[in-house]
Amino acid sequence: MSPKSSDTQPAVIKVRNLVTHYGNRMILRGIDFDVADREIMVVMGGSGSGKSTLMRHLLGLETPTSGTIDVLGQDITRLNTVQKAELFKKVGVAFQSGALFSSLSVGENITLPLAEHTKLDRQTMDIMARMKLEIVDLAGFENLMPGELSGGMIKRAAMARAIIMDPKILFCDEPSAGLDPVVASALDDLILRLRDALDMSIVVVTHELESAFKIADRITVLDHGEILMVGTVDEIRNCDNSRVQNILHRRSEEQIVDPDEYLRRLMTGRTEQVTVA
Amino acid sequence: MKHSVRQEQGVSIVELRGDVDLESSPDARKLLLDCVQRKMPVVVDLSGVSYIDSSGIASLVESFQLARTKGSEFSLAAVSESAMRVLKLARLDTVFKIHPTLKDGLSHGG
Repeated sequence: MSPKSSDTQPAVIKVRNLVTHYGNRMILRGIDFDVADREIMVVMGGSGSGKSTLMRHLLGLETPTSGTIDVLGQDITRLNTVQKAELFKKVGVAFQSGALFSSLSVGENITLPLAEHTKLDRQTMDIMARMKLEIVDLAGFENLMPGELSGGMIKRAAMARAIIMDPKILFCDEPSAGLDPVVASALDDLILRLRDALDMSIVVVTHELESAFKIADRITVLDHGEILMVGTVDEIRNCDNSRVQNILHRRSEEQIVDPDEYLRRLMTGRTEQVTVA
Repeated sequence: MKHSVRQEQGVSIVELRGDVDLESSPDARKLLLDCVQRKMPVVVDLSGVSYIDSSGIASLVESFQLARTKGSEFSLAAVSESAMRVLKLARLDTVFKIHPTLKDGLSHGG
């Protein structure tokens, strides 16, 4: 397939008109979002853009006000807890913090999903864990404790755990945040290798523009709970929408806000959408 | 479809079929380990495998290691492109003896 196009590939994630509120505040404003088979979709946006909320909805951790979220052909808004747990065996998540259990060794952390969800022999689990550690370049580290790992190694171990069940979809939350450029670039390479070798679809939430441009087949830019643009790296890079470019380059909100809107917000507390040509 | 074992030219041929995944790999593992215990050369024919995940590959690794401790031959034949990508990712393509076809595996005595 051409990884640059989703037109001919079936969607493994299909979100339609997703709306969610926290109290009276609308957080997601009618999101339509597709991820194709074997696609790397990068989601970008500033603080409060809704990208973390979108991620939690895609993982079935929150229930929307309205809309549908199809994951691997099933609308997860209609699944019960047991059905959701079964479906999400095919989904791996690498959390920003790593989320490793500090009281368990690296190897025990990685085999945890297998121990919880399968009846595999212990020996099989251990070999699988060592294979995944080989893949993420942490061979021989299975007996270390998470506290003995560097930041980059924790991210790799988290990645190994996320792929231990050979998921169809992998979610990566800020995989390169807080890492030096060399380590971050190596993680980007790892994400590309995983997609190519394991036929996974990967959703990456990141602030890192360089990383996004390196790994993405397509980029979704979110702002104030709505999608500003979805496009290939070239389309995003060359788009002349100043809001998109400001978000990508992380220019401060103060620089892009409409003065009238800002004043109204200060005076009334209303957070209406800023309109920029 | 079930996996099967047969013998030809003094070689045990383990034919794996269908999906070898988290659900079905324990059956494949048992068959492979039982076969290796017989101390005959083993060729694992993967031509009928539509999908093999890392639990299936772990079973191959474990069986290969057991064969080595017993001093017997253990090889793979007709590895699919997708399975080969996983083997390469884990650098296991340098570990296993891999034949392009079962016929080739048999001609090399497993």
